[in-house]
Amino acid sequence: MKLTTALATLLLMTPAYADEIWVTNEKDDTISVIDVDTLEVIKTYPTGERPRGITFSHDFSRVYICASDSDAVQVMDPATGEILHDLPSGEDPEQFVLHPDDRHLYIANEDDAITTVVDTQTRTVVAQIDVGIEPEGMAVSPDGKIAITTSETTNMAHWIDTETQQIFANSLVDSRPRHAEFVKDGTELWVSSEIGGTLSVFDRDTQAEKAKIEFKLPNIHPDRIQPVGFELSAGDEFAFVALGPANHVAVVNAATYEVEDYILVGRRVWHMAFNADKTQLFTTNGVSGDVTVIDVASRKAIKSIKVGRFPWGAALRPTN
Amino acid sequence: MREFFLPVVVAGMIAASPLAAQDISVVYLRQDVPPPPTLSNLDPIPGDLGQRGAELALQDNATTGKFMGQNWALEIVTVPEGGDYLAAMQDALAKTDLMLLDAPAEQLTAAADLAPNALLFNVANADNALRDDACRANLLHTLPSRAMKADALMQFFVKRRWTDIAMITGEAPGDVAFADALDRSATKFGLKIGKRKTWAFDADMRRNAAQEVPLFTQDLGDYDVLLVADEANDFARYIPYNTWHPRPVAGAEGLTAHAWDRVVEQWGAAQLQSRFHDLTGRDMQDVDYAAWAAIRTLGEAVTRTKSADTATLRSYILGPDFELAGFKGRPQTFRTWNGQLRQPMPLTSRAALVAQAPLDGFLHQRSELDTLGLDKPESACSAFD
Repeated sequence: MKLTTALATLLLMTPAYADEIWVTNEKDDTISVIDVDTLEVIKTYPTGERPRGITFSHDFSRVYICASDSDAVQVMDPATGEILHDLPSGEDPEQFVLHPDDRHLYIANEDDAITTVVDTQTRTVVAQIDVGIEPEGMAVSPDGKIAITTSETTNMAHWIDTETQQIFANSLVDSRPRHAEFVKDGTELWVSSEIGGTLSVFDRDTQAEKAKIEFKLPNIHPDRIQPVGFELSAGDEFAFVALGPANHVAVVNAATYEVEDYILVGRRVWHMAFNADKTQLFTTNGVSGDVTVIDVASRKAIKSIKVGRFPWGAALRPTN
Repeated sequence: MREFFLPVVVAGMIAASPLAAQDISVVYLRQDVPPPPTLSNLDPIPGDLGQRGAELALQDNATTGKFMGQNWALEIVTVPEGGDYLAAMQDALAKTDLMLLDAPAEQLTAAADLAPNALLFNVANADNALRDDACRANLLHTLPSRAMKADALMQFFVKRRWTDIAMITGEAPGDVAFADALDRSATKFGLKIGKRKTWAFDADMRRNAAQEVPLFTQDLGDYDVLLVADEANDFARYIPYNTWHPRPVAGAEGLTAHAWDRVVEQWGAAQLQSRFHDLTGRDMQDVDYAAWAAIRTLGEAVTRTKSADTATLRSYILGPDFELAGFKGRPQTFRTWNGQLRQPMPLTSRAALVAQAPLDGFLHQRSELDTLGLDKPESACSAFD
């Protein structure tokens, strides 16, 4: 009973804040905060130079931002927008992933062909791993045992053992891999290839390629269909795949690897984030400088929200 | 003969793929040709043009190579002015049959004929004939031809409806060749180059462009855009703002078409620019990019075929599975009828990307990239049949 009262008091005190989607604006050095209920930008916070990757700590008390041209990962207090401190990150951090231990960040250093592992508590570099040219896509398996770096010019997914911080396998993928995710409880690794125009599916245990997903849109030349970021819907049932300059998001059935739908969004769609119950999807559209809101059930774009210049990364911040 | 050897040390750090080690060496064979004298020294041609692009690509390949058991090496051979290019070619053939060539057209074709089983890349010569009746089956081209440059400009004029074109041409052979390419391209896109003049001044334009150029351009009448064919940019730089009518200038100054330019930033290009800058301390230019693309093409082919055999590499490179990610927004492939690398062409001003050809709306049944340069029916090349 006491707990209920406390909760009720809390609810009374905090005027029902809605969840937020945080978007990094690469060419404005800012973050736009979108209110998920009103679908409007409610705040804009300054960041370091060229913010790209963005992710929250597990309790959402910290937000980590790759400020690529400041050569730092910035740690911000999401309640105030205040930069608390920088983490050592190696040069030109582009994208990163937070290990399930909520403590270690695996960072792709795009200019240096290195993956840097940083301990967010001691704020020190734990390891640096030589990878291919222009590392970008980063993923960690849900059990935390494997980290992945994909390198854009080397065209590989590097499999890193997180215990030894050593590469134990390399898988060739099509040209310019951009994004990687572990899917289906970590049994599969998915990698998008921007110039190759494909999404490769690997078996986690054997690192063997299991499937390759291709995309086709009427009236758009295959060269312009360039898969970049992607996210999985509830239960990993469907993958929503940003197709870059094709200005569409593809809906892929994750069980059959068939493409079921294409949704028209803004120009050069890049990355995306779901709301808390995954009924809405927010895509960053680099060239048009806006965010498209997709209704997941109907697979329709319902709104465009103007943000800063060249929106890149997106992350959900639940507030209750 | 100057020789630089750049061995790339590859540590056997990754034991994950137990592939047999592969040694791949490439020679960059350059004929030293003195640049023509120009009035201004503002844009000197780097002495290491081209070779630094090759070096960067070799580093890129070597990084991939260390995961694949490949050892890459690059040797730069420069034949001095008046030196024997074919003798140097003969020497290089003793070491490798994978080469980048940087030489005038006659030397290129002679070198290609000397090495029928080698795989050669022309990285510095824009001559149309090399993609036309003077083509060679073992000679691929990563630098865009003059025809590609001209088509890129004309597409822009069509798009902007700049249909009334005037032209000033220099007297150097390259200027005349570029003017021919522009003429041919204008016809291809339904435009016409009207009034034209030949630049035949020997006064120092650095002092009196403001007096001379308005008078010189007065009798061109009115037009939408003024093309200047001046490959060395000897006089073109003095034309803008001094024309009788206030009109845009294109070709050698103003709006120019490139394989690569420092203003290209999109499509991840900023990374390539900064890697090149870190290596060289200067901007990456067309020939640097062409050399980079040639070595990266070899890198892709060796990695995907796991072979260093020239015939295997050539057929993969010209085949349907090859694609080069070249930081210009779409995959680049080779034309099977003349060995030219298909590629988007940035149209740039000195400070920014203006547009990228092919422009929207120029369609083609095969690839929009084939709206630039010699398309299959236009090329008299038969060596690839």
